[in-house]
Amino acid sequence: RKIIFEKQWFYLDNAIGHIYGTTFEVTNGGNLQPKQEVEETTTETKEAGTDNRNIVDDGKSQKLTHDDIKALKDKGIKGQEIVQQLIENSTTFRDKTEFAQDKYIKKKKKKYEAVITIVKPSTRILSTMYYAREPGKINHLRYDTLAQMLTLGNIRAGNKMIVMETCSGLVLGAVMERMGGYGSIIQMYPGGGPVRAATSCFGFPKPFFDNLHEFPLSKVHSLLSGTFSTETLPSDPEDNVLVEEESNGLTEEKQTSLQETEEEHTTEVAMEINQTEEQETMDINAEDVEFKENKEKENKENVREKQIKQWERRKKLIETAALLREKNADGLIVASKFHPTPLLLSLLEFVAPSRPFVVYCQYKEPLLECYTKLRERGGVINLKLSETWLRNYQILPDRSHPKLTMSGGGGYLLSGITVVLDKGKSDSSNSEALKMEEPSPKRCKVQDLHC
Amino acid sequence: MSFVEYGDTIKDGDTAIVFLGHESMFPVKVQHGTVTQTKYGVIRHSTDLIGKKYGSKVTCSKGGWVFILHPTPELWTMNLPHRTQILYSTDISIITMMLELKPGSIVCESGTGSGSLSHALIRTVAPTGHLYTVEFHQQRAEKAQEEFREHGVEHLVTVTNQDVCKNGFGVSNIADAVFLDIPSPWEAIGHAKSALKAEGGRICSFSPCIEQVQRTCLAMEEYGFTEINTLEILLRVYNVRTISLQIPDLGKAAEDNSSAGFDSSNPSNQGSPCANLQQGTVQFKSGVPLREMVGHTGYLTFATKS
Repeated sequence: RKIIFEKQWFYLDNAIGHIYGTTFEVTNGGNLQPKQEVEETTTETKEAGTDNRNIVDDGKSQKLTHDDIKALKDKGIKGQEIVQQLIENSTTFRDKTEFAQDKYIKKKKKKYEAVITIVKPSTRILSTMYYAREPGKINHLRYDTLAQMLTLGNIRAGNKMIVMETCSGLVLGAVMERMGGYGSIIQMYPGGGPVRAATSCFGFPKPFFDNLHEFPLSKVHSLLSGTFSTETLPSDPEDNVLVEEESNGLTEEKQTSLQETEEEHTTEVAMEINQTEEQETMDINAEDVEFKENKEKENKENVREKQIKQWERRKKLIETAALLREKNADGLIVASKFHPTPLLLSLLEFVAPSRPFVVYCQYKEPLLECYTKLRERGGVINLKLSETWLRNYQILPDRSHPKLTMSGGGGYLLSGITVVLDKGKSDSSNSEALKMEEPSPKRCKVQDLHC
Repeated sequence: MSFVEYGDTIKDGDTAIVFLGHESMFPVKVQHGTVTQTKYGVIRHSTDLIGKKYGSKVTCSKGGWVFILHPTPELWTMNLPHRTQILYSTDISIITMMLELKPGSIVCESGTGSGSLSHALIRTVAPTGHLYTVEFHQQRAEKAQEEFREHGVEHLVTVTNQDVCKNGFGVSNIADAVFLDIPSPWEAIGHAKSALKAEGGRICSFSPCIEQVQRTCLAMEEYGFTEINTLEILLRVYNVRTISLQIPDLGKAAEDNSSAGFDSSNPSNQGSPCANLQQGTVQFKSGVPLREMVGHTGYLTFATKS
């Protein structure tokens, strides 16, 4: 299959069988595997100037014309050689300082020597990539902010987590990676179903999905008020048709179809896994859309299969509702495009006491409100509104300096810990709680006899 | 309780966090028959703590109360007894992600120091991973070992008392990741490389000074590490405050008060500001940065062995 990356197109066939981290050079259409380390082809003439006092920008220092360069490229000459030619035909190159020469070569290499490294998917890679390429799809959640969420949320194997995200499934994937298939995750989703485009890029093994549950956000209220029933599923246009069909007298088939469901379901999951394994490459969206389309086509072809799925879904929904009803989740992670306050006020009900929660928001103001509302509600302590700044450095001999500052754009976090909510939620106890959390200037020294 | 598993109720021998309010907290070792003094009075472990749920409110003798929290690596980091300068959760979080740690990872660390990062690493690699941590200071190594035992994680960690720059990590070709927080990390890069798996892995070095980073990067390059990347992460914490600003008296007539001639006092305006015209002030909520923040902890240099 053809894949386009950074204005280059290639086939992945040749990359199979190599270890992750292998670097490839792109040729006309396929992949060529060059050596891991190209021995430095530094110009033997180690001639260099000391400063730029005599270098004039007259636009004529490069003696090769655009057409010359294009001709070289068309001849299929190696990028390395083109760079060498450019250097030889630059009149000012020798007058440049050593550092400037370095920089010049680097720049040209970047342009003419197309190399591609294939790496294993991970939260590090995917979150960095999403932030650079599709920040809009992940609500501008910068990767260091995501790292904070995972730590503040104490994400680890064995937890029972609630995740509400509209970040293409990136946050879900990050949580799944940290839990390593141990414990359970309940993904709350808006609309017709959870989005897991980024999740599938991780290439998780099948067992990781066994304890991944989903629950429609639109059912949260009814679940909390105890009026929850499974009769009406979330509004998915296709599903609605099915629900009608079912009510038109197909209920008798329920039992037989359930048995078949088990079998068919497993084979389908296996198929999905095959697909995701193929996806362990760099492109995301094209494949995923394709994947979904395929899925849809299949569905249309076989309505019956869809009904079976529907029953399966309903069964899972009941299971998930039961899990939530226990109200003993080990944490809550929210990173969505929605206003965080209502989400938090409702979803915190499902979390056990003494557990961390983290809310991400691209903007600070909604979190200010959320902070105030949580204080009014009570049942939370150690509330903290924070933001991280990330600064990258260039480290080279005698040329070390900060690269770029990334601030503001990484979003904000509100985190805290749940505690047992006072039964008689009287105003007096609330104000007392407020008082207690206010900084008291004359705080006494804590004396502990045993620690 | 365990640092790698949530428990519901407080048991004898647990380490619990006593939360007094506004970032003021401390750890206690729960023991039958002992008492702990706080500014709100005495907590009797046998009656006040053991058998209670984590997250409950405990009333002390003077009528004041505290919350008892389940320990986590993050709470431990904020409360642990310092034997050295420690790494805080902000740095720890980016280290964990950039080293690609997850359940099952094998990690090498040096030095152990006060065990702040160690607890976080153990949390992440549990239940199938392992941490090999090397500390050349004998007392610190012993103390760390003792803490790991108390915290129910000793099966996930091996503490070695030796000099990592001379003797390495004591393991070879098994690690997925290596972390260095020592004064001269460049002397340990070779050992780090041999500790990492043959098929590759990630390395991170934490150094406060740029000169250290410089030498480390050179050493990494020399040993064939790729994807060398140095970064710095800073945490900004905001206090949520309601601010009121006075509206200046520009000598406008009193009947003009309703519009006040000032945009932000207009209630129909977007946002939260609300005007109190009687007092001539405008109120709004703001996230105010702390007066002082941590400006620098250290540079983090990451690289890949492949």
